[in-house]
Amino acid sequence: MSDALTGLTLGGARDRLEAGEISSLELTEAHIAAMEAARPLNAIITETPDHALAMAKASDARRARGRVGAMEGLPIAIKDLYCTAGVRTTAASNILGNFIPSYESTVTAKLWDAGAVMLGKTNMDEFAMGSSSMFSFVGPAISPWRRHGDDRDLVPGGSSGGSAAIVAARAALAATGTDTGGSIRQPAAFTGIVGMKPTYGRCSRWGIIAFASSLDQAGPLTRCVTDAAIMLGVMAGHDPKDSTSVDAPVPDYEAALHDGVKGLRVGIPAEYRVDNMPGEIDALWRRGIAWMAARGAEIVDISLPHTKYALPTYYIVAPAEASSNLARYDGVKYGLRSRHDKLIDMYEQTRADGFGAEVQRRILIGAYVLSAGYYDAYYLKAQKIRTLIADDFRAAFDKVDVVLTPTAPSDAFAVGDKADDPIAMYLNDVFTVPASLAGLPAISLPAGLSGGGLPLGLHLIGKPFDEATLLCAAYALEQAAGFEALPGSVTP
Amino acid sequence: MKGASGDWEVVIGCEVHCQVVSKSKLFSGASTAFGAKPNSQVSLVDAAMPGMLPVINAVCVEQAVRSGLALGAAINLVSVFDRKNYFYPDLPAGYQISQFTRPIVGQGKLRVDLVDGSSREIGITRLHLEQDAGKSIHDRDPRTTHVDLNRSGVALMEIVSEPDMRSSEEAGAFVTKLRSILRYIGSCDGNMEEGSLRCDVNVSVRRPGAELGTRTETKNVNSIRFIKRVVEIEARRQIEILEGGGKIDQETRLFDADRDETRSMRSKEESHDYRYFPDPDLLPLVLEQSWVDDIAKGLPELPDAKRARFMDDYGLTVADTDQLVAERGVADYFEAVAEGRDARTAANWVIHDLFGQLNHSDREIADSPVSAAALGGLLDLIADVTISGRTAKDVFAEMFSSGGEAAAIVEARGLGQISDAGEIEALVDELIADNPGQAAQFADNPKVIGWFMGRIMQATKGQANPGLVNALLRKKLGG
Repeated sequence: MSDALTGLTLGGARDRLEAGEISSLELTEAHIAAMEAARPLNAIITETPDHALAMAKASDARRARGRVGAMEGLPIAIKDLYCTAGVRTTAASNILGNFIPSYESTVTAKLWDAGAVMLGKTNMDEFAMGSSSMFSFVGPAISPWRRHGDDRDLVPGGSSGGSAAIVAARAALAATGTDTGGSIRQPAAFTGIVGMKPTYGRCSRWGIIAFASSLDQAGPLTRCVTDAAIMLGVMAGHDPKDSTSVDAPVPDYEAALHDGVKGLRVGIPAEYRVDNMPGEIDALWRRGIAWMAARGAEIVDISLPHTKYALPTYYIVAPAEASSNLARYDGVKYGLRSRHDKLIDMYEQTRADGFGAEVQRRILIGAYVLSAGYYDAYYLKAQKIRTLIADDFRAAFDKVDVVLTPTAPSDAFAVGDKADDPIAMYLNDVFTVPASLAGLPAISLPAGLSGGGLPLGLHLIGKPFDEATLLCAAYALEQAAGFEALPGSVTP
Repeated sequence: MKGASGDWEVVIGCEVHCQVVSKSKLFSGASTAFGAKPNSQVSLVDAAMPGMLPVINAVCVEQAVRSGLALGAAINLVSVFDRKNYFYPDLPAGYQISQFTRPIVGQGKLRVDLVDGSSREIGITRLHLEQDAGKSIHDRDPRTTHVDLNRSGVALMEIVSEPDMRSSEEAGAFVTKLRSILRYIGSCDGNMEEGSLRCDVNVSVRRPGAELGTRTETKNVNSIRFIKRVVEIEARRQIEILEGGGKIDQETRLFDADRDETRSMRSKEESHDYRYFPDPDLLPLVLEQSWVDDIAKGLPELPDAKRARFMDDYGLTVADTDQLVAERGVADYFEAVAEGRDARTAANWVIHDLFGQLNHSDREIADSPVSAAALGGLLDLIADVTISGRTAKDVFAEMFSSGGEAAAIVEARGLGQISDAGEIEALVDELIADNPGQAAQFADNPKVIGWFMGRIMQATKGQANPGLVNALLRKKLGG
C-alpha cells in the first residue's frame, strides 16, 4: 500500500484523494515512512513529521467540510532556502545554524493555503551556491541513482539537490526549489524528474533567502510535467511585498497542457553545440528535435550569438549580488556569532566559521568585481553582456515559440568529483544560465538514459510569462520520450 | 579671510541630510515617530531578516519630488536605487539603500539673502533618497554596544550643494534657507536637535583665484550656529597649516562643540570602498511627467515669492519681511492679522510684541496663546480708538497670559478710551474756565497745550482719546 501511495504523481494522488479512496493522513504517513527510509540520501536537513501529520489531519478535516484547495492534502518537501514560520531554516549554512523564522515565505504560504502538507526542509548547496549539493553544512545530498557497475554515491545536482533526490526517491510527491543559474533544472535532469524555473517575477521571492536577487526564482520539482503545471499554478502570482514580482494573470497551466505542438515553432540554437559535448547528449538532443518534428512542430535553426559569454557573465553578476546579499550574516542580529572582543575580529571570525569555502569564494569574487577600479571592467561589462544575451532571445522569439536544448552537458557525477575544480563545476550550468540571465521560463524533463544508465534531461526555454506554451511543449516531449526509468532503490 | 601671509578664500559646500516627513519608513511599513522605546519600530525588513525585501514608500517619493520642485531643480523621471555596502552593527543589511549615479532630483539653485542686503545664488547639485541607519549606543555599558534600529530605514533626502559658499555667514544662510523651504512644503520638519536635519560641511581654502584646495568634511553638524562655527574653525585651522608649510589631508572630521574644535575621524586612505551597484531588489523608479506637474501645482507659495509679495503688497521693509517669511506659520499668522487692517501696524505687533512674548516664554508661533484673530481684534480696538496704543500693550500682555479676547479684557477692566466728544468738550471747557491765566499764554507759547493735556489725562485716568483732546484744546484755546 505504502509503495503504491509514494509512487503516485501529484495529479494522481489528488484524484485518489478526491475520489475518497485515500486520506491525506494515509498519504502523508506513507511519505514520512519513505522519507525516513531515504535518510541515507541526506536529502532532508530538517524532517517535520509532526508538522506533516497535523497538516494532513487538518487537510482531511477541511476536505470533510467541502473545502478543497488545488494541492489539498498533498505531501511535499521544501528547499531549506524558503523561510518557514516556526521551522528551522538554514540555507544549508552554519551561519544560520538554528535560525527559526517568525514568518512564512509567500510561496510556501500559498502552498499551505492550497492545502499542501510539509514533510521537511531539503538539503542543498549552501545559500544555493553550487551544482552538486555537496557544499552543505550537513554534508552532501546523494542521488538515489547509481551508475551501472559503479557503487560510488552520485550527486543529485544542485543547488536544489535535496529536493530533487527526495522526489526522485519517491519520498515526497514534489518539492520546491530555487533556480538562479540552473539550480532546479540541472538537479531535475540528474535525477530523472521535471524541474521548472518560471519567468523571473512570476513567483514572489519574499521570504526566500536571497542568493542573487536579479536571478533567483522559485519553482517546482515534480515527477511529471502535469505536476509542474499544477504546482506552478499554486506558487505563481503577484506579491506586493516583492517589487520585482510581476502583476500578470496566472493562467490555468494544467488546462493548456494537451493543446499539442502542431505548428509550434521550436528553435534550435547553433551555439549550444558546445565543444566536448558527449555524443550521448548530442544524440538525446537530436532525438528531442525529431520527437517535436514528428508531432507537427516546426523546427527552426536559430542563433543566440552571445551564448558563450553567458557563463562568465553569470559568474560576475551572481557573486556580485551575493556578496551584498550575504553581508547581513554578520553575527550581530541572528545566527552564528563567534566571540571576539573587537568588532572587526568578530565579523571576520563569524563569517570565516559560518560560511563554507564555495560561499566564501563567491563573496570574494563578488566584492572584487564591484570594487573601485574593477567595477567597469567586470560588473558593468557583465550587465551590458546580460542585455545582449536577453536581446538574442528577444530576436529569436520573433521566429520561434520555444527553444530546445539539452539541460546539462553530462549525466550525474560522483560525490567528491569536481569539488576542487570550481570551473568544471560551473560548466554544469552552461545550458541553463543563459535563460536565467534573460529572466526566461525554462523547464527540464527526463528524456533518456546515459550509457551509464543515468537520467538525461531535455531543456525548453519559453517566452517571458508564457509558461503555458512551455508546459504544453514539455508535455508533448514527455509523451514522446516516455521516460519510465526509476532509481535502483525504488521499486516500481 | 585674512591669514598671516595675506588673503585666503574659504570655499564651502554642504551635504544636508533631511529626514522625510512620512508616517512610515522608506522601504517598510514601520513607524518613524521620534522618541519611541528602542527597537519598538522595527519591521522584518528594517532588521534585515533573511529573505526580506524592500518596497518603496510612495509618500517619500512624493516628498522628494516636492522638495526638488521647491528648489527649482530638475526632476529625473527615471532614477535608480543603489546599494552602498559597508559593515557596521547599526546597518543590519550590511548595505544602505541610496541613490548614487541616478538621483531622483538633479540640479537646482537656492537664493540666500545676506545681512548686508545682498543675495547670492547657491547651486544645488542633487537631491537623492536614502535610508537612515540605526543608532549604536556605547554608553549603556562599558563593554557592550547596544543597537537601536528604530531609525533604521527611515527615509532621508540628501541634498548636496555646489561649493558655492564663501563664508560662514553664507553657509549658515544656505542651511537656514533650505530648512525654511523644506518646512514650508512640509517635506522635513527641520528639527535639528532631534537630528531631522543635519549637515556635513565641506571646507577648503585657497588663495583668491587659485584652484580649489583640498577639502575636509565635517560630519553630522546639527545646528546652524555649529555649521558657522565649523566653517570658521576649519578655515582657520587649514590656513594655519598651509601658512606653516603643511598640506591639508582629505579626511572626514568630527565637530566637538564642548571643546569648540574639529577632530579627524578617518583619512581618505581609511575611507571605505562602498562597492555601489544598483539594488536588484528594486526596479528603477519611473515617474510620470503629469504626476510631477500635478505636484508642482499643489506646492504652496515659497519664501522667495512670499517675500517679494510682502514687500510689494504690504510695503514692508526688507528686515521686517525677512522675519515674517522665514517660517510659513509666521507668514500665515501675519497675513491673517493684516487682512483688512494696516499691514505695517500688524507687522510691528507680530515682530515686536508677539515675538517678544513668544521668545520670553520659549514658545513657537503654533503654540501662541494669542491667535491671529485675537491679535486682529486688539488692533481693531486701537484703530477705532477704543483704547490707546499704550493701553493696548497692557491688554496684549494679559491676552498672552490669560488667552482672553481683547474686547473682553478692555470691558472687564474698564480700559476703554473716552471718545465721546461731548464729554471731553465739557471737561476742556471747565479746565479753560478754571485756568484763564494758562489759557491766555497759548497765543505766545503754544506749548502750554501740553499742560492742559496732562490735566485732562489726569482727570480721565489716561482714558481720554488724546487726539480728540488735542483737537478740542487747539480749537478752544486758539478760538
